[in-house]
Amino acid sequence: MKTFFLLYFLTLASLFIYLFQDPELEESIKRGSEIYADFCVTCHLEAGEGVLHTFPPLAKSDYLLENREASIRGVKFGQQAEIVVNGISYNSAMPNPGLDDEEVADVMNYILNSWGNSSDKIVTLEEVEAIQK
Amino acid sequence: MKKSIVSLYLIVVAFNFSCGQDTVNQVNTISDVPFHEELLVDELPIPWGIAFLPSGEMLITEKSGDLYIFKNGQRNKISNVPEVYERGQGGLLDVAVHPDYKNNGWIYLSYASEDGEEKGGHTAFMRAKIENNSLINKELLYKGSPNTTKGQHFGSRIVFDENGYVFLSIGERGARDDNPQDITRDGGKIYRFYDDGRIPETNPFVGTAGAKTAIYSYGHRNPQGLVKNPFTGEIWDNEHGPKGGDEINIIKPGANYGWPVITYGVNYSGTPITDITAKEGMEQPIHYWLPSIAPSGMAFITTDNYGSDWKGALLVGSLKFQYLELLKLNGTKVTDRIELIKGLGRVREVVEGPDGLIYVGVEGKGVYKLVPNK
Repeated sequence: MKTFFLLYFLTLASLFIYLFQDPELEESIKRGSEIYADFCVTCHLEAGEGVLHTFPPLAKSDYLLENREASIRGVKFGQQAEIVVNGISYNSAMPNPGLDDEEVADVMNYILNSWGNSSDKIVTLEEVEAIQK
Repeated sequence: MKKSIVSLYLIVVAFNFSCGQDTVNQVNTISDVPFHEELLVDELPIPWGIAFLPSGEMLITEKSGDLYIFKNGQRNKISNVPEVYERGQGGLLDVAVHPDYKNNGWIYLSYASEDGEEKGGHTAFMRAKIENNSLINKELLYKGSPNTTKGQHFGSRIVFDENGYVFLSIGERGARDDNPQDITRDGGKIYRFYDDGRIPETNPFVGTAGAKTAIYSYGHRNPQGLVKNPFTGEIWDNEHGPKGGDEINIIKPGANYGWPVITYGVNYSGTPITDITAKEGMEQPIHYWLPSIAPSGMAFITTDNYGSDWKGALLVGSLKFQYLELLKLNGTKVTDRIELIKGLGRVREVVEGPDGLIYVGVEGKGVYKLVPNK
């Protein structure tokens, strides 16, 4: 129980610090959550948990957190390639979701900062624009 | 404390599990599969629709916007295909061939289109002819409106009945509280047309003020399977429900299938959408899936090519569990569910070819032919 409360307050505190630190990021995450609910949730699911062996998880995903550029490219253009996420291989095609660059940045910021994920650096429109197929 | 958390967890899991078994039946596996699958057309990311010309050539739509014609191992791209709105679930969607193609040459396409004033897209319905691997005489027959940038629920399936009418499904375009129950709005509907796109005078809402008169039935969520029952002539659909509410329905004129007033499903987050599953004046499905399989594509087996006990059974693709489901039927009652070709990939489309064999569109793979074992 003690650990639970400790964890709870720690999460709350970090969330608080984080949300009020960067209003631009906060706004982007908010827009991103709507994009996520529209385009991503049916496969990657509500808590970013995905479906084992079929749709890779986003929550605490080593692939996502360590391959920022490839992840943005995947969201921007869709992808079909075998990838290994948290030690498990995934080879389903992800169709091009057809988002504009700003939406790609928003949804990246959302998934990079949800379900226990965190990223120090905001994904910007310019960063998305620069990534080619 | 730790122990009680573990037991609580176990209780919750056990509870979930017991709910799961409440459903009509479970999906079974069989060891004596009467066919082997053969990859006929490869390298297709999302083969959304498959249709056959009387000559045996196969038309295949690829969601990103390509239309292919395939015969004797050769695949050619058909040019002059309409521009598609590729966003979310939208793109080039279904393809169908007129029952009298031999004499009139019409094929039918559905696709997400940006046509119109507003930003975004909606489902469009077109007919055209093929000449020298190019589309000609393109006629836009219908276009849902208003456009929206929502990525969901374009529907798309096209089927002809025995009386010369053509049916089209359009999903509710991510606006469940606005579209499916409102017959003055597009989306969440099954439409009926004459083969040239004119609206039949006998459509159920002709004469209803403000109604979109192409509507044949409403209260749908996202029908991605639409087929003529070859034994009764009825039109059957399957449609994606929310979590736990996928359905098979028999389509009747003017009928309301209830979405989102009644459903067996819940929100993806697990929160309830409604607390009722039935209501006066709303149709019940003949089957619903719990858990959801994410159904797409639908075909009846009309031959005994796969054994006499499979004749009359229904095939439905599962996107979610990556298998082809065989539903044995007694009339309109599902008596058995069998999973086939498990794990090949997301099954998007299934059709019975003019040769009586089954062809399956699998995402990331292509088109498989199910070759009966001798």
